[in-house]
Amino acid sequence: MHSDRAPLSLKIAAAAGLLFLHLPILLIFAYAFTTEEKSFAWPPPGLTLKWFAVTWYRPDVWEALSLSVKVASISTVIAMFLGTLCAAAVSRTRFFGRETISLLVILPIALPGVVTGIALRSAFSIADIPFSTWTIILGHATFCVVIVYNNAVARFRRTSGSLIEASMDLGANMFQTLRHVILPNIATALVVGGMLAFALSFDEVIVTTFTAGQQQTLPIWMLEELVRPRERPVTNVVAMVVVLVTMLPILGAYYLTRGTDQVAGQGK
Amino acid sequence: MAQTDASLVHSRSEGLGARLSDTLWRRPSLLLFLLLLPPVLWLGIIYLGSLFALLLQSFFSIDHFTGLINYEFTLRTYAELFTPANFDIILRTVLMAACTTVASAIIAFPIAFYAARYAKGRWRAVFYLGIMMPLWSSYLVKIYAWKLILAKEGILTWALEGLHLNWLLDAYLSLPVVGGNSLSVSVTGTFIVFVYVWMPFMILPIQAALERVPTSMLEASGDLGARPGQTFRHVLFPLALPGVVAGSIFTFSLTLGDYIIPQIIGTSRLFIGQAVYQHQGIAGNIPLAAAFAVVPIVIMGFYLWGAKRMGAFDAL
Repeated sequence: MHSDRAPLSLKIAAAAGLLFLHLPILLIFAYAFTTEEKSFAWPPPGLTLKWFAVTWYRPDVWEALSLSVKVASISTVIAMFLGTLCAAAVSRTRFFGRETISLLVILPIALPGVVTGIALRSAFSIADIPFSTWTIILGHATFCVVIVYNNAVARFRRTSGSLIEASMDLGANMFQTLRHVILPNIATALVVGGMLAFALSFDEVIVTTFTAGQQQTLPIWMLEELVRPRERPVTNVVAMVVVLVTMLPILGAYYLTRGTDQVAGQGK
Repeated sequence: MAQTDASLVHSRSEGLGARLSDTLWRRPSLLLFLLLLPPVLWLGIIYLGSLFALLLQSFFSIDHFTGLINYEFTLRTYAELFTPANFDIILRTVLMAACTTVASAIIAFPIAFYAARYAKGRWRAVFYLGIMMPLWSSYLVKIYAWKLILAKEGILTWALEGLHLNWLLDAYLSLPVVGGNSLSVSVTGTFIVFVYVWMPFMILPIQAALERVPTSMLEASGDLGARPGQTFRHVLFPLALPGVVAGSIFTFSLTLGDYIIPQIIGTSRLFIGQAVYQHQGIAGNIPLAAAFAVVPIVIMGFYLWGAKRMGAFDAL
């Protein structure tokens, strides 16, 4: 414990743990190039780029992808609006029921997804709302609020209130203060929160199975292929692309918040 | 210049926006109300409303002859949870969640420990991204990767054959409860995938708790003659425990509610999530599905209450 060097056993355990986390994902990359069509045989009998082309011309993949992007974009915008308002209220003032508000925001992600899913579904059936893109968005926006909220609250806490008072003392009204002082201060936190919310919505499947009708988001398409495989090589290619695409928001969030006291992405 | 000043003063004294702004500044409670209105309406109506609807449904029952829902208050549906078949499902899920949590803590601890105490500079970034990437990468892709690994013709069998160790796997698979035809249709397979998918949620809370332990305490323990093992047992681990408990909230809750992993990898025996999904879908027994969904809520309620008493929320 005195030395700054880690014991060998700890090094091995930590390295083994990280390998356990990363090797399965790397395996996905190898399978995207395999020539084997019917089974998951390893090692791959041959390598080919053919399945990338096949996937490119599959309309169902494109439809699922575009629905996923649409749902994630709209949910992110709604979540950014609601999450920022909530964070502003909670961090600026102390009021009765403040703890309840934070609990209310966290609840959709603290309870298991299957609870959120079945709750929304039974509410839709009671209110006679037919399933559509909007019912999916309703669910996604609800659990994305907490991601934006967490990032915004952390930033509001570090933004000094005297900045706002100074702006008002210098003659700006509230909307000018919002535009020229508050927004520039919280902008990166909002961008990061938005990117993470997008990533969360883009990948969500458990709640979506309850709130989607016949429509397929990309995760639903993927689930369908996992349960009833049709063309395994296409699934391999899509899986690889999904891994690459979900890395982008995480890298972006990391580089935007690097060096601050609170690095983003800790609460999924 | 003077003109700009004049126009600023002008805009401050008049105009709808300025007057609204003045009102809001003078009455902070009105501003607070306006800020909170949209999120509270959204979450209150859509989310709490839905949860309430769910709770309501669980007090109805289904007529087993007609298959119609009987809209009268009854506790019969909850009583159904305690029939042997259904109670088995609950026990199996809770046991699996507990095992997953313990295994996750064991694997996550060294990673968190190294990241908190020894990783410096470049390695810190490597560890950070090394933990974040798997945490955020696609849930279904992770499950799919394990389907590839655990398949009979997959990489695991291939590696064991290369090491001439496949007799070991066969011997393990012939065991009664944990074994099966192949790993991908065994309880062990379900367990491995649960640990893989939810373990990353354990690392960051433990790391945060470990980072808060002052180095001087560890040095003091060593100076007083404790061996590294003793320091770990009596000083470091008790101080890191709130972090472990905080992480376990995620692994436990997420395993309790998952229905996709056991559906894709594992035996045909149901978990709570699958029971919810099947009862509301194919069987159309929404009251029983709702009652099943209340089970994880109640279990997590007790779990959070216990975690709070252990100080886990300060470690979040």
